[in-house]
Amino acid sequence: MSRIVRPYGDTTGDGMVQLSFTLPVPHDKRAEGAALQLAAKMGIDGAMLVHAKPIGESYTFFVVYGASTHLVNLDEVQVVERDYPHLSPKEVNDAVREKLGRKLTVVGACIGTDAHTVGIDAILNIKGVAGEKGLEYYRELRVVNLGAQVAVPDLVNRAVDEGADAVLVSQVVTQKDAHLHNTREMSAAFREALPPGKRPLLVVGGPRFDESAAADLGVDRIFSRGTMPSDVASYLVHRLVFTNRETA
Amino acid sequence: MTGPLLPLDAGLVARARALAAEAAQPVVDLARSHTTVSVERATLRLAGLTGADPDGIPWVNRLADAVQAQVGIEHGIALPVFHALKDFPDLERLAHAAAAGGVRFALPDGRAARAARDRASSAVGAGFDRIDASRATRSQLVAEIGDPPQRPWIYLIVATGDIYEDIPQAQAAAKAGADVIAVIRSTGQSLLDYVPEGATREGFAGTYATGENFRLMRAALDETSREVGRYIRLTNYASGLCMPEIAALAGMNRLDMMLNDSMYGILFRDINPIRTFVDQRFSRQVHARAGIIINTGEDNYLTTADAVEAAHTVTVSQLLNERFAHEAGLPDELLGLGHAFEINPEVPESFRLELAHALLARQLFPDAPLKWMPPTKHMTGDVFRGNLLDGFFNLAGVMTGQSILLVGMMTEAVVTPWLSDRDIALQNVRYVLSACAGLAEDFHPPADGFIATRANHVLGEAVDLLERIRDDGLLNAIADGTFGIMKRPADGGRGLDGVAKRADDYWNPAVAILDQGSTAPIPDGDPA
Repeated sequence: MSRIVRPYGDTTGDGMVQLSFTLPVPHDKRAEGAALQLAAKMGIDGAMLVHAKPIGESYTFFVVYGASTHLVNLDEVQVVERDYPHLSPKEVNDAVREKLGRKLTVVGACIGTDAHTVGIDAILNIKGVAGEKGLEYYRELRVVNLGAQVAVPDLVNRAVDEGADAVLVSQVVTQKDAHLHNTREMSAAFREALPPGKRPLLVVGGPRFDESAAADLGVDRIFSRGTMPSDVASYLVHRLVFTNRETA
Repeated sequence: MTGPLLPLDAGLVARARALAAEAAQPVVDLARSHTTVSVERATLRLAGLTGADPDGIPWVNRLADAVQAQVGIEHGIALPVFHALKDFPDLERLAHAAAAGGVRFALPDGRAARAARDRASSAVGAGFDRIDASRATRSQLVAEIGDPPQRPWIYLIVATGDIYEDIPQAQAAAKAGADVIAVIRSTGQSLLDYVPEGATREGFAGTYATGENFRLMRAALDETSREVGRYIRLTNYASGLCMPEIAALAGMNRLDMMLNDSMYGILFRDINPIRTFVDQRFSRQVHARAGIIINTGEDNYLTTADAVEAAHTVTVSQLLNERFAHEAGLPDELLGLGHAFEINPEVPESFRLELAHALLARQLFPDAPLKWMPPTKHMTGDVFRGNLLDGFFNLAGVMTGQSILLVGMMTEAVVTPWLSDRDIALQNVRYVLSACAGLAEDFHPPADGFIATRANHVLGEAVDLLERIRDDGLLNAIADGTFGIMKRPADGGRGLDGVAKRADDYWNPAVAILDQGSTAPIPDGDPA
């Protein structure tokens, strides 16, 4: 069987695709021509402009059908797998309940002088982010959100008191690399305070972090821009429930 | 408007209202016997104090903090502030000095107290004059330009983070058919214990609510209202830690609707319950004075809990919100109680269930401008199915006579709406509104049918839950996770350190004026 495929409309190999877009031009003949030209440049052969509608005075919305001239070789498709499976809230709860047999405790904070709790709140608050609920929504996670401007020694003490399985730290401010200094200070403090087997999993997040710098900063994991609560929850389950882990 | 007919058990309805009043009373007593830093700061805002220090912390915060540190807030901060003001030309310069540690605050007595009282009452009175003038201007503009020709009013959201981007988007949305514009706030503003100052151009997935942003947007929409020939209403959020202050800013800058739920901040933002109830009462009194329609947040419960199983928690919350609102002086026509189309579309008869729930709300609150919220929980990247679901949502809204319809986007959960998404969504609304304009007249579900039975069943569950809440206490019910599923104890959550029990000599000129103005209508069966 051929490993080369084209889109399917109603006949094998017809390559048919449908797309819609808006151009910032008033609706007239020229606008329609522009839409067809764009479709041709996108690799659509014999594009049919099936719908054009003005939006206000200076925009036009188009729907175009046509045959894509491109081919896809399935053997050449490369997929970047995340190194842990993505789980739904229910799967996370089931895994914690069945495999751990107790609630998993997560302590979160913004450390140093950073007062931007937007990141940690998006991940932890039940309100969540972009329609996805935060970790408070997960029945089997016990979330302690310490808020902003938490001193590192206070964070360590609280994590110990709460019996934290994981510590989540958010850093938004990057002036003079504050996020990197704060993270190193935090990981060093946990290393000093607790022996390897007793240390909580250390996770940091923020829009300017390099996700590959975890070892350098002494933490277990870094999450960057676009991270959703379920990404974090899935990772926690992967490391704390399914893996016999060694912490950083 | 010809209301849709649904035979509800009248005895059960009266019982539900009486229980809500009983359940609410201890919380009302709590609200009347406490004050918060935000209530006190709102009083300073009404007295005309604006501006912020170089770090962006408003002068109302700096001044209130200084008073709190020296004499506490339990007496009200107006007396110590206006007593100290005798040595300063205005509140702003007093705040500068207080922030620098150069003012000794004290509670005056005798003649000094009377003088401070007079100064405070006159300054705060000027703030209420601004609110009253805004309300009069709104009435005048509505009379002159007109209301939208149809119900439901069409409610659209803008959210760019930059007020100067929001303005042209809001104006375009109004020209495309929106009757109400909501400017979504920056993520997490509800957890800031201060209101940012001035026009703002950076936010996280939304634009900061500030007095200046309110003023700019309202002025722009006044222009557009005249162009489109209908008064375009402006909405923002009086929620979170600064509810009272934002309500005051909204009143003075002529916002028309404010999101203002009695329990949302507690459940979804972990704000201390007492802080929330105290702040909420003051903010609702301000909204009543300003003629602002409040929008409550019952739709949120259905995004965390199952929309069929938890339907009655929406009814319970609506009844409690109604009671708290009445007590704070809000009449029915300012009571935009919320509910939502959030039943899993895979559930058999899901549309009939939606109609039953929507009709129940319509029938229970016939004079309230109900806000009907679109599907979010069951929207996926399948935008085609999403558009169909939104069409059914619009249909349910028209059939059941909803008052304010928040336009659903087929790209919900995919992207923040594109220009074309908004256009397609409005086309969907316009089609349904035009094709089914008078359908509510023909829609009389039979008394023994599925819809009426379901509505009465939900009402019965609501009464059972209200009984439990009355017996256990509302604060305990919240602590036990009755709403949403979140457990929130009364001595936990954010903002508790900004709450104080009022001392016997507590005096706040804004509270005095507002308490005079509340004329709480007594609902049927009110034990008081």
